[in-house]
Parts: sequence; C-alpha cells; structure tokens
Amino acid sequence: MAPLLEIRAARRDFATPEGGKICALDGVDLDVGANEFVTLLGPSGCGKTTLLRAISGFEMLDSGTIQLGGADLTALPPFRRPVNTVFQSYALFGHITVARNVGYALEVAGVAKAQRDVEVAETLEKVGLAGMGTRRPSQLSGGQRQRVALARAIIAKPKLLLLDEPLSALDRNLRQQMQIELKNLQHRLGIAFIFVTHDQEEALTMSDRIVVMRAGAIEQIGTPRDIYRHPRNRFVAEFIGETNLFAVTVDRLEGDTALARTAEGVEVLLPADGRKAGERLTAILRPADFTIAAQGIPGTVTRAVYLGSDLHLSVAPEAGGPDISVAIRDGLGVGEGTRLHLAHDPARVHVLEDA
Amino acid sequence: MALRRQSVILGALLAPVTLFLGVFFVLPLLIIAVFSFLTPGLYGGVEWAFYHWNYGRIFGWADGIMEVYEPIYLRILLRSLIFAALTVIVTLILCYPVAFWVSGLPDRWRLVFLFLITLPFFSSLIVRLYAWLLILKPTGLFNTVLMNLGLIGQPLEILYTPTAVVLGMVYVMIPFMFLPLYASVDNLDRAQVEASLDLGANRIQTLVKVILPQTLPGILGGAVIVFIPSVGNFIVPDVLGGAKGLMVGNLVEQQFLSSRNWPFGSALSMIIMAVVLTVLLIAVARARKVGGHA
Repeated sequence: MAPLLEIRAARRDFATPEGGKICALDGVDLDVGANEFVTLLGPSGCGKTTLLRAISGFEMLDSGTIQLGGADLTALPPFRRPVNTVFQSYALFGHITVARNVGYALEVAGVAKAQRDVEVAETLEKVGLAGMGTRRPSQLSGGQRQRVALARAIIAKPKLLLLDEPLSALDRNLRQQMQIELKNLQHRLGIAFIFVTHDQEEALTMSDRIVVMRAGAIEQIGTPRDIYRHPRNRFVAEFIGETNLFAVTVDRLEGDTALARTAEGVEVLLPADGRKAGERLTAILRPADFTIAAQGIPGTVTRAVYLGSDLHLSVAPEAGGPDISVAIRDGLGVGEGTRLHLAHDPARVHVLEDA
Repeated sequence: MALRRQSVILGALLAPVTLFLGVFFVLPLLIIAVFSFLTPGLYGGVEWAFYHWNYGRIFGWADGIMEVYEPIYLRILLRSLIFAALTVIVTLILCYPVAFWVSGLPDRWRLVFLFLITLPFFSSLIVRLYAWLLILKPTGLFNTVLMNLGLIGQPLEILYTPTAVVLGMVYVMIPFMFLPLYASVDNLDRAQVEASLDLGANRIQTLVKVILPQTLPGILGGAVIVFIPSVGNFIVPDVLGGAKGLMVGNLVEQQFLSSRNWPFGSALSMIIMAVVLTVLLIAVARARKVGGHA
C-alpha cells in the first residue's frame, strides 16, 4: 500500500538579511504511513519546522513535491489542504468561546449549527474538556489551552495531524501526562501524527518512527530503538541520549571478541565479526551499558548525581581521555572519589565505521 | 499609615491635571450649557433670563415670531454626521491595508514611515488646506492634469462641493485613523491567522472571522478619534466647502463670531456633544459585546 504522505526532494531556501542564503530543506524525502506517529527531531534551525510548515502549506517549496493520499498538495494554499496543525503557541482565537474555537473548522466549512454543537461536545469530551465550551481561552490553564488546540485541530478529522512542539510550554509532569494522552488519542483516532520536537526524550517516548534532521537534511529515519541503539553517525548518536564515543584502534582478537584501545589506552571490547587488527573505528556505549565489576576500565568517580531510579556517574578513566558517563541501578557505597572498574558486554557496543 | 501616605502622593500628582481640566474644560462646558438656556443679548453676550427658543429653533417648537423654526439646522447637523461617517469609512479603507503593509516592513523602514505619517503636523493646517484649494480649483493641478490627459473635456466642479469637504477631512484625519489602527494590526497574533487558514477558512473568511475582530479595538479607536473632530470641524468646510459644504461647526462659528448669538451657538454645541456622546456610547457597547471582555 502506498504511504499516506509522500515528500520527494523537498527543497526550500531562505534569504538572509545579509543577502546570503540558508538552505532550510535540502532535498528531503519522507514517507509517512496512515496511522503512523512520526517525530521530526533535531536542534533548532535544522529545518524540522520548515518541513512541517511546508506540509501545512505555510511555506512553499522551491522544488520537490508533497503528496497526501495520492493527491498533490505542493501548490495548494493552506486552507485547501486536508491537514490540520496544533501550533506551538496554540494560536487559540481569543475573541470567541472555547466551543467556537473547537468548531471553527466546521463553521467555515458551512456545517449547520446543530450538527456542529454535537461534534464540538464530542470532541471536547475526547480531550477531557467536557463542559468547558462556554469559557474563553483566556480563562483556561496552559494544559487546558493545549487540549483546546488539539480538539480544534482534530474535529474536522484530518488524515494527518501536524504538531509543532505543542508540549514545550507545559511543565514537566503535565508534559509527560500529555505525551501519553497524545499517543493514546492518536491510536483511538487512527490518524497519522507528525510531531516536531527538539526534546529527544519526548521523541523516544511517543514515536513509531523518528526522523533526525540536521541543517535541512535527514540524518536518519528509524524506530526509537533503532535510532538509540544503532545511530548511523556521530551526530545522531550524540543528539539522542547520553553517549560515550570512543575513537579506537583494534588491538587484537580473542575468540569472538576484539579488543580495541583509544589513543590514551582505554580498552573497549567489541564483537569480533571479521575485524582486523589495526582497524580504526568509533565505538558507542550508552551510560546504562556499563556495570561496576572487578575488572574492566579502571577509573575514579568525579561526579555522582542521584536521580532516584538511577545513579549517574562521571568516571575519569585512569588511562586518561574524556570522562565516561555511566548510569547504574544500585549505586550503594559509590560516591565522588570512589575508584572502580567499568565492565560492559561487547554485544552492546555499536560501531560506527570509518570514524 | 502607608496607605494614607500613598493617597497623599497620588492626590498631589493628580491635583494639577484636575485643576487644569476643572478650570479650562469643565467650567467652560458648564458656561456653554447654561448659556444655551439664556436669552441672546442684543449685541452679543447674554441676558440672564431663561429662554428655550434656542432649542426650539432647531427642533421645531419656535413661536414663529421671536424665533423661527428652520429645518435647515437639523439638516446641516445630519449632513455633518454623514460627512464625518464618510470620513471615518474612507480613512479606514485607506489605512487598513497600509497598516498591514507597514507592520510587515523591516524595523528601519517602519520608523521612517511612521515619521512620514506624522509629517503633516509639522505645518499649519490652514496652509495645507489652501494647498488643496489650489489643487482642486477648476484651473488647478487636478483638473489640468486630467484635461491634458484627455480624460475630461471641461474642468470638474470639485471645489466648494461636499466631495471637496470629505476629501479635505479625509486628508486631515488620516494620521488619526492610521496610528491606532497600526498599533492594533501590529499586535495581531499572526499565528491565529495561520490557524484560521489551517482550519480551512479561506482568506475572506479569515479576514472576517479572525483579523477584523482581533483588530476591532484599533478600528473603533480610530473611528472614534476621527469621527468626533470631524462632526464639529469648521475649518475644512470653511476653506473647501462653500454653501453646499456647510457643516454644523460652521454654524456654531457663525453664531459666536458673526451673528453674535451666543445662546444659539451654545445650544448647537450642546446638541453636537449629545450626538457624539450617543454615537460613542453605542460604539463602546458594541465593542464590549463583540470583544466579550474589553
């Protein structure tokens, strides 16, 4: 089956005030399936918002095409595109009630008032705001406004919902709650979500697939597990979660295991699979991949941060080189200044070739 | 203790303006209100005897001997209201798109433009109106250009017509309409405009349902600021109006200066004020209703 949304070779340049040119989208290809939750993730200025605005129609592409369900959207103005957006600032209409905000899409489409009222009530119910219809947006809390924005965007049953960092203004607890609710809502509605964020945790929590962007181009597309465990390059590895990167040279092979060393002499074990001594590569280990053991990389704890479920350590290797980030479950008796050995399972190492 | 101290300071700060407005605004207003019910003196001034024919002359209960009812006064009042309303409408139509354009300019050009808008205040109104006279007269710039272009066979009669008066008032009032409009257009949340388009409203629906209501405070503000001085304006009709362009402000001026009938002039003034206040109250009430909580 063809994907719901097909973006091909999307390109968009912006002129800078100094007369230069910034490439916000540099030949982007992206497919999104029906009922899929896709997150666009990247640092600010990476083009994720431009891509979203190109889909909603607020940015026109310089070249490339956007198709939705087989129909070409590329040249259509925003109001002719069957996609709706939840804006970062919510952009609720301050001069009308919550109910009219939510019913706006139906109102402008000419749906009769009685029918509209029924659908507005249903939609408010869906987002947990039943009975709030007579209020004004200014009388609502941040979380409630967020829900109104959501209700307003889903009432017309778009095939694709675009969300532009919708949770960034909420406090942490509310944000986590909304993450789960959004995901549930997406399942119930059965429509595709494209969610823009710069928060990698948010991306990992909610997405079916994550699209990591940098400088107008897609660096990697994959499931959260893929992106986390098998980043394609250094940028993705460093952007998603805490990472330890070791630039190593393979020293020798021992059975299934290859032993490699950094320039300073920190030893990392990797799966042998056909590696040769002298080969240079980058080994990636996540903080949780390490355990404290009797043997392994010797080092001294320089910083210990207690986070409730985890203990986060910075460990300075005895051999030298950058500190290693470690997350362990049971850190009893470990504190700043503790000397210890860090062990890891060679199978947990992800290798970047030609580092 | 602290509260008392605060109110003393507040009182001290408010005293000058209270005094100023009391002496130079409230008192003259009271004088006019009282004069409008007094008997006109023979050579100007007033005689201290109650007299209701001042209003009778205007509204129709004059005795026909001492004072004559003339429907022309009400007609001139109505004409003034129409001229003022036209001025509001034309300035609004002219300024609204420009306000959007200016608010989209880069900072530097925006300041230049805002300066240009206030530039007319740097020279005398009378001088500027006489310049309009030169432009509009049958042998003036406007007609000459049109004739030379072959668009008209003979000069258009614009000067000393209602058209000239409205043109002149529009010209005078444009900055007063533009500035409040600009302020509210500049404040418009562009994300709401995008939200409207995103939800399927076309450009006209978005204009009517989002942009106009959002900028309504500026529209009403500009309309009020333009309407009030336009109703009582007498300089523009004086210079450009002629007999057919006479406005109620001219009547008042005549009563005080040439006819020397102060009570009648006062009565006319009171009526202008009553009408303007009524219009204002209706406008504010409407804005409350549309804006929900103003």
